Amino acid sequence: MKRWAASVVAVLLIGTAAGCGSGRSSGTSSGSPSGSPRQTLTVFAAASLTSTFTKLGREFEAAHKGVKVSFSFAGSSDLVAQIEQGAPADVLASADTKNMDEAVSAKVVENKPVAFASNTLEIAVPPDNPAGVTSLKDLATPSTKVVVCAPQVPCGAAARKVEQIAKVRITPVSEEQAVTDVLTKVESGEADAGLVYLTDVRAAGGKVKGLTFPQSSSAVNTYPIAALKKSKHATLANDFVNLVTSTEGRSVLAAAGFAAP
Amino acid sequence: MSWPRPGSPHPEVANRTRAVGPPRWVFVPAAAGAVFVVLPLAAIIARVRWSGFLALVTSDSSLAALALSLRTSATSTLLCVGLGVPMAMVLARTSFPGQQVLRSLVLLPLVLPPVVGGIALLYTFGRRGLLGHTLEVLGIQVAFTTAAVIMAQTFVALPFLVVSLEGALRTSGERYEAVAATLGAGPTTVFRRVTLPLVLPGLAAGAVLSFARSLGEFGATITFAGSLQGVTRTLPLEIYLQREVDPDAAVALSLVLVLVAVLVIGLVRAGRAA
Repeated sequence: MKRWAASVVAVLLIGTAAGCGSGRSSGTSSGSPSGSPRQTLTVFAAASLTSTFTKLGREFEAAHKGVKVSFSFAGSSDLVAQIEQGAPADVLASADTKNMDEAVSAKVVENKPVAFASNTLEIAVPPDNPAGVTSLKDLATPSTKVVVCAPQVPCGAAARKVEQIAKVRITPVSEEQAVTDVLTKVESGEADAGLVYLTDVRAAGGKVKGLTFPQSSSAVNTYPIAALKKSKHATLANDFVNLVTSTEGRSVLAAAGFAAP
Repeated sequence: MSWPRPGSPHPEVANRTRAVGPPRWVFVPAAAGAVFVVLPLAAIIARVRWSGFLALVTSDSSLAALALSLRTSATSTLLCVGLGVPMAMVLARTSFPGQQVLRSLVLLPLVLPPVVGGIALLYTFGRRGLLGHTLEVLGIQVAFTTAAVIMAQTFVALPFLVVSLEGALRTSGERYEAVAATLGAGPTTVFRRVTLPLVLPGLAAGAVLSFARSLGEFGATITFAGSLQGVTRTLPLEIYLQREVDPDAAVALSLVLVLVAVLVIGLVRAGRAA
């Protein structure tokens, strides 16, 4: 008995020690090279906005001396849950209206959210397109390994909607948690095709090929943004919202493949 | 890299030395540590909405996930025993150049983030991985199958068995084995009749840890196996997905996972005590 317990404890200790070493998360805080900024604006944004918002954040910092924009990119529902639990955020940009509506009904949003972009689905295939997919109908072929998002997450809900509109029944080999998981399965060639957003295909460069399909217009995802009630930098937060919705913001988003809202 | 060897001191040594007991001050950080571990568990229990609990944990998707988790974890534990016992024997009872390096490599999944393990498995057994082409020629496709879940679990859980069994083997020593050999027992008989019975507690501990680790496996599974109800979506994956839409269901399922883990450890302790 004793020896058994000792073994367990020893192994667990090794496990935790290892966990402590590798589990250190890469925090968002980083010292600025020339003097520390006096104010930090914290923006919670959907994972699909990572590259565009990082770019806009740099523009914002250039226009506002002494301000640092710090981002937290994650799934929209995670972000909303974190804000409801009191996470210190100034701005929220979500990948769908559903999660923003939840934030609104939780009374954490300052103003009425503004739609600033939209996104549609595309079929992503590996560059050599091993299964010869050309249309949404091809995804129903049993031998074709198709990966989609789970219907519980926005990209999966959109996928289900286009399936219904197009009267195509896809039997996926996997229903992933996030659109990036779908993309990586296609990139690595594990899957023959996946349904992802147009912006994901664009961001993947040449690692996947995107195929548009007419029914995609039936499931358009709208991205809303809003300043948050708890923000200690209300003016800055509104400035950031204005930047994202401005023509300047529009052009950065358009370059990444986002359509107008 | 050297690994601490688990095992309590030899009984004779324990009898000779008088128990000193830890200094009093250690109780303060020890209590803080215990609270840190126990409090989140209490918080989960406090958050469970009991009114809908049964309906949430007996839904189709929950039951499918639980059944899959138990099935795959049991299989991977068997694999861990089948592969881990010989590995621990080789590490504990032989010495050859590079053994330390080999030991470190074998135990690497212990310190590796599971996602990294999943990526490594993907590039080994995936369609375009190292062995992917060979497997495809043989008509074997691993990705998106339950077999991939078991492989991911075995990959992360195997070191737990090896490290605890190797410790037990070193602690038990080779005296009895040597005696049995001088009495004419062959190596296999010695292994079966002497070595194994002596290290059974260590083996049981290792198997339990492997099972528990398999049950909790998430990162390698989601990276390597995918997520499909009844096929690859184990309980941790189901919990993570349910969080998106129904936090209550996620909490209820978390409690189920905690209960299963407690049950497993309790069963083995009861078995040991009997």
